[in-house]
Amino acid sequence: MSALLSIRGLTKSYPGVLANSDIHFEVGTGEIHALLGENGAGKSTLVKAIYGLVTPDKGEMYVDGNLYEPRGPQAARAAGVSMVFQHFSLFEALNVAENIALGMSDPPGRAELWQRIRDVANAYGLPLDPGRLVGDLSVGERQRVEIVRCLLQSPRILIMDEPTSVLTPQEVDTLFRTLRQLASEGVAILYISHKLEEIRALCDRATILRSGRVVAECRPAEKTARQLAEMMIGLELTRPLPRLFTPGLPLLRLRGLTLPAATPFGTTLNNVSLELRAGEVLGIAGVAGNGQEELMRVLSGETRVDAEKLVLESRQIGAMGPNQRRQYGLLSAPEERLGHAAAGDMSLIENGFLTGNRRQRLAYRGFIKTATTANFARAVIRRFDVRTPSAETKARALSGGNLQKFVIGREILQRPKVLVVNQPTWGVDAHAAATIRTALRDLAAEGTGVLVISQDLDELMEISDTFSVLEAGRLSAPQRTGSLTIDEIGLMMGGSMRDHPGKDATRADA
Amino acid sequence: MLMLEPRTAPPAALQAAVPVLAVALTMIAGGVLFAALGKNPVEAIRIIFVDPLLDPFSRSELLVKAAPLALIAVGLSFGFRAGVWNIGAEGQFVIGAIAGGAVGLAFWDVPGLWLLPLMALAGMLGGFLWAMIPALLKIRFGANEILVSLMLVYVAQLWLSALVSGPLRDPAGFNFPESRMFHDSATLPIILGGTRAHVGVLVALGIAVAAYVALHRHVFGYRVRLMGAAPRAARFAGVSTNVMIAACLGLSGALAGLAGMFEAAGPVGQLVPSLPVGYGFTAIIVAFLGRLDPLGIVLASLVMALTYIGGETAQFTLQIPAAAISVFQGMLLFFLLATEVLSRYRLRRIRRAA
Amino acid sequence: MRRPELPLLAVTLTAVLALIVFAIANGLNPVLLTVSIMIAATPLMLAALGELVVEKSGVLNLGVEGMMIIGAIAGFAVAVETGSPMLGVVAAALAGAALALVFGVLTQMLLSNQVATGLALTLFGLGLAALIGQPYAGIKPPAFPRLDFFLSDIPVIGRVLFGHDLMLYLAFALLAAVWLFLSRTRAGLILRAVGESHDAAHALGYNVIGIRLAAIAFGGACAGLGGAALSLVRVPQWTEGMTAGAGWIALAIVVFATWKPGRVALGAYLFGGVTILQLNFQAARITPLWLLALALLLLAVNASVRRWQQGRPVAPVLGWWAATAATAALAVVWAPSIQSQYLSMTPYICTILVLVVMSGNRLRASLAAPASLGRVFHRTG
Repeated sequence: MSALLSIRGLTKSYPGVLANSDIHFEVGTGEIHALLGENGAGKSTLVKAIYGLVTPDKGEMYVDGNLYEPRGPQAARAAGVSMVFQHFSLFEALNVAENIALGMSDPPGRAELWQRIRDVANAYGLPLDPGRLVGDLSVGERQRVEIVRCLLQSPRILIMDEPTSVLTPQEVDTLFRTLRQLASEGVAILYISHKLEEIRALCDRATILRSGRVVAECRPAEKTARQLAEMMIGLELTRPLPRLFTPGLPLLRLRGLTLPAATPFGTTLNNVSLELRAGEVLGIAGVAGNGQEELMRVLSGETRVDAEKLVLESRQIGAMGPNQRRQYGLLSAPEERLGHAAAGDMSLIENGFLTGNRRQRLAYRGFIKTATTANFARAVIRRFDVRTPSAETKARALSGGNLQKFVIGREILQRPKVLVVNQPTWGVDAHAAATIRTALRDLAAEGTGVLVISQDLDELMEISDTFSVLEAGRLSAPQRTGSLTIDEIGLMMGGSMRDHPGKDATRADA
Repeated sequence: MLMLEPRTAPPAALQAAVPVLAVALTMIAGGVLFAALGKNPVEAIRIIFVDPLLDPFSRSELLVKAAPLALIAVGLSFGFRAGVWNIGAEGQFVIGAIAGGAVGLAFWDVPGLWLLPLMALAGMLGGFLWAMIPALLKIRFGANEILVSLMLVYVAQLWLSALVSGPLRDPAGFNFPESRMFHDSATLPIILGGTRAHVGVLVALGIAVAAYVALHRHVFGYRVRLMGAAPRAARFAGVSTNVMIAACLGLSGALAGLAGMFEAAGPVGQLVPSLPVGYGFTAIIVAFLGRLDPLGIVLASLVMALTYIGGETAQFTLQIPAAAISVFQGMLLFFLLATEVLSRYRLRRIRRAA
Repeated sequence: MRRPELPLLAVTLTAVLALIVFAIANGLNPVLLTVSIMIAATPLMLAALGELVVEKSGVLNLGVEGMMIIGAIAGFAVAVETGSPMLGVVAAALAGAALALVFGVLTQMLLSNQVATGLALTLFGLGLAALIGQPYAGIKPPAFPRLDFFLSDIPVIGRVLFGHDLMLYLAFALLAAVWLFLSRTRAGLILRAVGESHDAAHALGYNVIGIRLAAIAFGGACAGLGGAALSLVRVPQWTEGMTAGAGWIALAIVVFATWKPGRVALGAYLFGGVTILQLNFQAARITPLWLLALALLLLAVNASVRRWQQGRPVAPVLGWWAATAATAALAVVWAPSIQSQYLSMTPYICTILVLVVMSGNRLRASLAAPASLGRVFHRTG
C-alpha cells in the first residue's frame, strides 16, 4: 500500500498543554484509517493541522510524497484534503446549495451546482434537496450536507471527525456503506472516533493517541474492544456491577406536555409524559436536536409551563422558576458546562452559589454569607475530587472533566429529591465519567429519582434502570433497560417506531 | 506572528493598571493633538491635568462636576455589567431635573426642610419612569433599548425646552426661556463655604459605597455579574432577564434623575434649556474608566471632572476650542477599550512552521 | 402565497396620498414637498445601507452617528478648501471609512466590546467634528452638481425623477449594488455566511476578520457619504452636532428593514417624510392631533390589509378607523396652539414606534437578524 498521506514528527503545543507530540503515521490509498483516543488526547488538533486550520510547531506532512504545508482550508482542499466536522460548519439560515457552495473553492453556477448535488447525493445514497434551509434539516441530514460538500470536490483524503456521535445506528450503517464505497474508489479516509466497536467494524488500521502521543498502531479487527479501550485509556477497565432496582413512590410526573418551539430552528415537544420514581435512574435516549434541550429547560424551570403539567410529589410546580423548584427538591445540571451550568469568568465559590443559594441557605436577607458559600464550594471540591488550584479559581480554568464533576457534585451535595442531568459525561475523560456515573447511581441508591438525558447509548445501558427515547419531540413509553437490543433502540431513535410505541407500553415493574 | 490568548486569571495589578495606562496614552495623544493645533503640548497638559489640583476653588469645582458623573456612572455600571445598555442617561438626567425642578417651582415660596427631599424623590421618580419606557418596550416587544433610550434623550431635551419657554417660564423673566431661580429651601446646601460644592457630593459618595456593597456582597449584585458573565447560566440560576432589564434601567434612570435634580437645584439654581451639558454621555466613559466598579467610578469621575475644569481653563488661557475636550474624552474611551484587552488576553508570539 | 410586502405597500401608498392631500390643503406644492422628502431621505439611506452590510457580516457598529458627522465635516471642509464638491464627497467617504477602521481594529483585532466601542466612536466623532469644524461655521459650501437636462422640464415627473443632486442617484446606485452584491454574488454569500456563523466560516477557511474589516470600512464610507449629503446638499452648511440623531435613526432603519436593502430605502423615505412633514406642520401651525390621526390611519390600513389577506373578518378593525375619524374630527374643531418643540419630537417618537412594531414578532425578528450579530469572534490555534 502506497502512503497517500504521511505525518512525520508533528508537534503542536498550546500554553500549558502539549496537544500533539512527535506524531508519526501514514494512510494509504483506499485505506480507512482510525485515529483513536479519548477526549483531549489530541485528535482534533491533529486533524485541524492536516486541514490547515492549525499551524504545527514542528514536523512535516506529505501528500503523495510531496511536502504538504496547507496555509488554510482552501489550500488543503486544493491539495485534495476534505473534512467533515464534528460540530458542523454549516449555516442554518442558508440553504443546502449555498452551504455547499461555501465549502467549495470554485463552485459552478447555480443550475449546475444543484444538478451536481443531486447526482452525487444519488450516487452515494444520500438524498438531499438543494433548496432547503439547513436549519430545517435533521442532524443526520446536516451531516449529509457536509459529506456531499466534500464529495463534490473529489477529495483524495477525507477526514471524518467523530461522524457518528450524532447518528442513529441505522444512519451509521448508511454512512459506513458510503465510506466503504469511497475507499473502494481509492479515497483515503481518516476516521476519528472513540467508539471502539465502530472502528473494529469499519477501519483497516488504527493509530491510537493518548495525551498527545502515538501509543500504538494496530489492525482493529484483530483486537477486542476491551484491548483497544485499554490501549486508549492506558489502564485496565472495570465496569460497575449491575444494581438491583426496586422502584419507590412516584416523585416527578410530566403530564402530556405540548410546547411549540421557541426558536426558528427549535423542536416542538409533542404530548410528552413521564414518571420518575424514588430510587430510579430513568434514561432518555435520542439524537441531539430531537427536543432534549427543550425538555431539559422545562424540567429545570428555565421554561415555565402550566402549573399542573409538572408535578413533584404532590406539588404542582410547572409554573415555578428554577429557584423555587430547587427549594422543593428538583435540581438539574444542563449539558453545557461553561456558560450554562457554570459561568466561566466566575470563581468556583461564586459558581457554587449559582444553584446552592436556596437549599444551602448561602444568603441572609439578600446578603451573601461569604464563609458559608466558600465552605460549600470546598465541600463539593473535596467530595468529588475536583482538581483545581483553589476554590477561588475561575471555572474556565478547569478541565472539562473536573468542571463537570463540580457541576454535578454541586447538585448531588444538595441532597435533591429529583436530579435531572443532560449529557453528564459529554466530552469528559474516562475517569471523570466513571466518577460521575458512580455518583449518580449512588444517589439513586439513596432514594433520589435521577433522570439522565444522554446521546450515549452505552452510558444509558450502563446506569439506567428504565429508559425512553426522545425523537422529534415525542417521548416513547418507558422500557426496562435490557428488554430491548441496541438495534431496536436505534430504530426508535430514528423514528421508525413512531407509530408503534414500544412492544410493551405498560411499565415493567419488578 | 502575534496572537491573543485568553487569560484564565487576570492579575489584579494589571486590572488596576489598565485605566492608568489609558489615561497616560490619552495624555500623549492629546499632546500630539494640541501640538497639531499649534499649542504647547506640555503647557496644555499641565493646565488641564495639574493646575486645577493646585487651586482650592478648582478643587471644589472638581467635586461639583464629579458628583453627577459618579452618580450616573454608578447606575449605568450595573446595566453595562449585565448587558443592559442604557445610553439615554442624558435624557433621564433632564427628566429628573424637570421633575425635581417642577416640585421646587410648585412650592416656590414655601419654606421647609421637607422640600429638598421631596424634590430629590421627584427627580429620581422622573428618571426612573423615563428609563422604564425603554425597559418596558424591551421586555414587552423586544425593542432595542440602546436606540429607544437614545431617542428619548432628544425628546427629553425638547420637552425641557418647551417647558421653560411655556408653563415653567419665569413670569418676570422678559420671555427668556428659563424658569424662576429656586427658592432657598429648594436649593442644595453648600458643604464648603465660598464654593459651589453642595450636599449632593456627599450623597453621590454614599451611593457609590452602597453600590459597591450591593455589587459584591448582595444577591442583586451577584445576579448582575452573573447575567453579564453568562446569560444562560443566569437564567439557569433563576434570574429573570426581564426583572434584571427593568431593575438595571430603573436604577440607572433613578440615579441619573437624581443627578439631574442636583444639577438644577445645585450649581444652576433654575431650569434652563442649557442644563444638560452631556454628563449622561460622559458618564458612559466614566463607567468604563472606573472598570464598572463603583469605587473605581468615583476615582474615574474625578479624573473626568479634571478634564472639564482644566479644559475650561485651557479655553481661556490657550484658546483651545471646547470641542477639543470632547475629543480628549472620546480618545480616553478608545484607549481604555484597547488597553483592556491586555487584562483579558495575553500577547503571545508564535512562529510559523518553516 | 401571502405576500408580506402588501400591507407595507398599502401603508406607504396611504402615506403618500395623505402627503399630497396635506400639501394641497395647505397651499404647498406636492412636487416640491416630495422633492424635499427625497433630499431628506438620502443621508439616511446612504448611512443605513452601509450599516446593513456591516450587520450582515455579523458586526454591530453603533458609531454611525460619529462616522456620519465626521463625513459631514470632512466633506464640507474639503469642498470649501478645494472648491470641488466631488472631492468633498470622496473625502467624506474616506474619513468615514478611516474612523470605522478604528472601530474595526478595536473590535475585531483587540476584541473589545462592540457596543462600547461603537459608543466611543460616536462620542469621539462628535468631538472631533466639532473641533475640525470650528472655522467652517456659517460658510456656504460650493454648489453641488445636479443632474439637470431637458428631461427635468417635464412637469411633475421630470422634477421628481431628474434635476436632483448626484448624491441622490448615488444612494440609489448604492441600493442596487448592495442588493446585487448580497443576493447574487459569491462574495455576498461569503459575507452573509460570516454573519450567520463566524466559527463555521472560519472552519471553512474564510478570513472572518478580514471580511468584517472590509464590511466595517464600507459601512464607514457609506456613513461618511450620508454625512456629506447632509452638510453639502440637504442643509447645506456646517453646524456643530448637525446630524442630530440621524445616525441613530439609520440604525433603527436597518431594524425596520429586517436587514433587506429594498426596505432600507423605504424606511429612509418614511423617516425623511416624517422629518419634512413635522417641519411643514410647524410652519403651518398644525396640531399634533393631525399627526396622531395620520398614525392611526396608517395602523388601520395596515390591520385591514393584513386581515383581508388572511381572509379574516375585517370588521374588528373598524375601531381603528373610528379612532382615526374621531381624532380627525377633534383636530378640525379643536386647534390649540402648540409649541414647536412637540412637533420636533416626532421623528424620534416615530423611531421608537417603528422599533416597537418591527420587534414585536420576536420569532420573525430572530430569523431575519444575522445570527452572529454583535458576537465576539476569537480565533484559536
